[in-house]
Amino acid sequence: MVIRALDRKVVRDLWHIRGQVLAIGMVVAAGIAALIMSLSTLEALDETTDAYYERYRFGDVFAWAKRAPQSVESRIAALPGVRSIQTRVLRFATIDIDDFAEPVMAEIVSVPSGRQPVLNQLVIRSGRLPELAASDEVVLNEPFAEAHRLEVGDRIVAIINGNRRELRIVGTALSPEFVYALGPGALMADDKRFGIMWMEQDTLAAAYDLKGAFNSVSLDLERGADTEQVLQQLDRLLERYGGVGALARKDQLSNWFVMNEMEQLRTMSLILPTIFLVVSAFLTNMVLGRLVATERSQIGLMKAFGYSRTEVGLHYAKFVVGIVFVGSVIGIAVGTWLGLVNTRMYTELFRFPLLLYRPSTSAMAIAIGVSLAAALLGSAGAVGKAAKLPPAQAMIPPAPAVFRRMRIWDTRAARWLDQGSRIIVRNILRAPMRSLLTMMGVSASIGLLVLAIQWKDSLDYLAESYFFRGQHQDATIGLAEAQSETIMRDFAHLPGVLAVEPMRIVGANFSAGPITHRGSVTGLKRDAWLQPIFDEATRKVVPAPADGLVLGTVLAEKLGVSVGDTVWVEVLEGRRPEVELPVAALIETYIATPAFMNIDALNRLLKQRPSTEYVNLLIDRRDEAAFYAKIKELPLVSAVMLRRAAIDSFYDTLVENIMVFITLFSALACALGVGVAYNSARIALSERGRELATLRVLGFSRGEISYILLGEVGLLIVAALPFGCLLGRGLSELMAAAFQTELFRIPLVINAATYGLSIMIALAATVVSALLVRHRVDHLDLIEVLKTRE
Amino acid sequence: MTANEQKTAMATTLAARDLTKVYRTGEIEVHALRGVDIDFYEGELIVILGPSGSGKSTLLNIIGGLDTPTSGSVRFRDHELTGADESELTRFRRDHVGFVFQFYNLIPSLTAEENVALVTEIAKRPLPPAEALGIVGLSERRHHFPAQLSGGEQQRVAIARAIAKQPELLLCDEPTGALDSKTGILVLEAINQVNRELGTTTAVITHNTVIGSMADRVLHMADGKVAGIDENRERRPAAELAW
Repeated sequence: MVIRALDRKVVRDLWHIRGQVLAIGMVVAAGIAALIMSLSTLEALDETTDAYYERYRFGDVFAWAKRAPQSVESRIAALPGVRSIQTRVLRFATIDIDDFAEPVMAEIVSVPSGRQPVLNQLVIRSGRLPELAASDEVVLNEPFAEAHRLEVGDRIVAIINGNRRELRIVGTALSPEFVYALGPGALMADDKRFGIMWMEQDTLAAAYDLKGAFNSVSLDLERGADTEQVLQQLDRLLERYGGVGALARKDQLSNWFVMNEMEQLRTMSLILPTIFLVVSAFLTNMVLGRLVATERSQIGLMKAFGYSRTEVGLHYAKFVVGIVFVGSVIGIAVGTWLGLVNTRMYTELFRFPLLLYRPSTSAMAIAIGVSLAAALLGSAGAVGKAAKLPPAQAMIPPAPAVFRRMRIWDTRAARWLDQGSRIIVRNILRAPMRSLLTMMGVSASIGLLVLAIQWKDSLDYLAESYFFRGQHQDATIGLAEAQSETIMRDFAHLPGVLAVEPMRIVGANFSAGPITHRGSVTGLKRDAWLQPIFDEATRKVVPAPADGLVLGTVLAEKLGVSVGDTVWVEVLEGRRPEVELPVAALIETYIATPAFMNIDALNRLLKQRPSTEYVNLLIDRRDEAAFYAKIKELPLVSAVMLRRAAIDSFYDTLVENIMVFITLFSALACALGVGVAYNSARIALSERGRELATLRVLGFSRGEISYILLGEVGLLIVAALPFGCLLGRGLSELMAAAFQTELFRIPLVINAATYGLSIMIALAATVVSALLVRHRVDHLDLIEVLKTRE
Repeated sequence: MTANEQKTAMATTLAARDLTKVYRTGEIEVHALRGVDIDFYEGELIVILGPSGSGKSTLLNIIGGLDTPTSGSVRFRDHELTGADESELTRFRRDHVGFVFQFYNLIPSLTAEENVALVTEIAKRPLPPAEALGIVGLSERRHHFPAQLSGGEQQRVAIARAIAKQPELLLCDEPTGALDSKTGILVLEAINQVNRELGTTTAVITHNTVIGSMADRVLHMADGKVAGIDENRERRPAAELAW
């Protein structure tokens, strides 16, 4: 095949400006990589989750009761739409681990002897399933075992139904049901303080007096079954056995958290890369427009030979496609790799036993399409402009622009400007559009940096507000069942306890009009202070009203209610009372969608004497050890949550994971910054090589002409800094607005240091680019430049 | 036959009538041509002489379809170029005109042969690029890039590029302007050879009056007008020129 001369020109020209091709390629690649990374991660996690759930038969419905006789099982199985059923015993127990002072809780789940349950199967990671023959066999969830360095053959002590029992670890496992192993009331997984244990069904039933009975059931539904209807019928069946409201898979605790995390990732995956891609497309467009514009005389020449406008356009289209191709290859490689890194990180976080990853082809198609379109448009504009001129004019450089003598040059302030600086300022003013575009490009990359870096500020603010201003307790104790409030006195007398407050949390459905939200009501004393109702908007504690509800704004918005409206509340525990309550106040929260009411009113509603399920405690640090030791012995305790541990796990999991994502984006933003700065300086050199060489001939030093060239780019970049910061703020606002899940709202906070860091990075990118271009300026061939025709 | 009779007997390749051209650069109006009439005859070599700013390049650009006149008409054989649109002018240049520029205007990323191929690939009945380079005596250097060639060699590549399509009209704008006299003569010899061997109507712009003696006719331009036309009884060989 004969390669046409024009095509050779494309290849050789690309090779000739390979530095620039690479720099523009980086800009293109950053946008492409961002989208591929995000969408690939998202798709991979979606597929992995589905595959995991499918393979290990994660249930569609979950329900709990106090004690349901085994005979109910067949009645549940007979409900229309039910494909398979798994009944089991499920309890919380305290674990005593040597060398670990703080109390540890575990949820014990029963499994059939020596075989996998029908639903919610275990992924055995080591050892085997527990068997009936030996009543002390237990399988631990892997993260918990690892957190305490427990292995098959080790022994642990559990307080089961008030009795201390020594258990032998026969295996470690994972389960789709406990991807997020959350202790009662906890918001973050804490593998040190909360674990899952699987024990043989009959053994566990015997320990909890549940022989011939079960207290938990999980269902697998037929395709197309009406989940809502199954839930209602299941609730009705279990009602008399102390049922506490069946949940569909989407509301199951672990899955809800996984889905929320995915949702959060989805938002990030759509917004951030979109912003990136748009910015990268804009920069590609701008840079290629300028690059092709420097080819003006060659375009004129080709036209003089009789090449048509279309042929010339096609030639530059190939040129541009070449550059985008380079960028795409880099972008696909980097994006695919980053996506894998990111997916691996999430897989480890979720402890998925499998990982399905392939780079997202739709992301590739979208990203490359957008980049290519932007690039082609940019070059088409420049080619069109050059090709529209008669070739005779195109072949000579544009006529010198009209420099008007401005009055500003006569002012005293202007007089100290040396010739070099005057050239800089005049050049900027001469091509205001080009200067503006350069500034916009730089602003965009700074804006992206601010957007990426400010996440840490927002999360720090969130943590500070939520954990330090909004909470003051050291520990929250969960009780196995509601106890009379008199129990508070017992806790008050424990060693080191400085203050005690009761708290109740009951599952409830909230409805207003057609909308129903499944959540919970938290009951607090009017003057609660340890874990009070805290309004993030005013950063003040709101007293629990005598009657009525205090709703988080997200819940209020979901229900479409405001202060003075009423909400229908259906409690899902005890006698399942239903009541219409007025909305007494709204509060802003960053985490979850809480609803509060007065604990006394809640108890009255439940027709119970003053009682509590949780105890908030303030503890004297000096007596902590003695306090923990006592707590471990209390049979009523089903959960212990330490604020300090919650803060640690908040930082360990959420912040760390988001930070990985953000770091990747910051790196891409840096790539964009370098790409823009380098190209701006490099193209300016192509555009003005002759002028600069002339100045050299006239006796200007290398330093002086570098100053003239780089000073212009530098001045524009400095001028762009404040706009970049503003843009960053705008983008962050956009992101914060979009980034709202039921689990999290991110407050918009940007510390001064974030602006500072972004600016520093942008300036560093500029300096590096300037040094690269300076090298070229130093090697400017004076004779060559002057010999060629102007 | 008198010279005049001879002229009428010769076919006219191109006829320009009352050409004017006004450039507007910023706020300034420049009248580059102020009513020029000129005929180019089949196979003749015409040298256009004149100082800088006399309008020679503008005239050549308009004749070659690189630019359009502000008023007046240009006729190439049976085609009226006046009022031709962009694509008609492109076709005219592609099929009929070869250009040689003062600064060669080679594509730096293409070899000598590829620079010629750039034109032959879109021509109707081109010479093979190697043959065109042979005519200007550069067969040996055909795989060299422009940066590896001397100024004279580059200009000869440019001539090879211009003639490879076998144009009816060869327009040379100061082809020796950037060259020393020895090299310049080599280039002029090449142009002369093409004109004689291929019978291409050739116009050469220069401000070097010596070159005028190698032409059939010399057109003097000044201030955007034709100041006079001289006819040479005899064309002097380029090799005899000296400046």
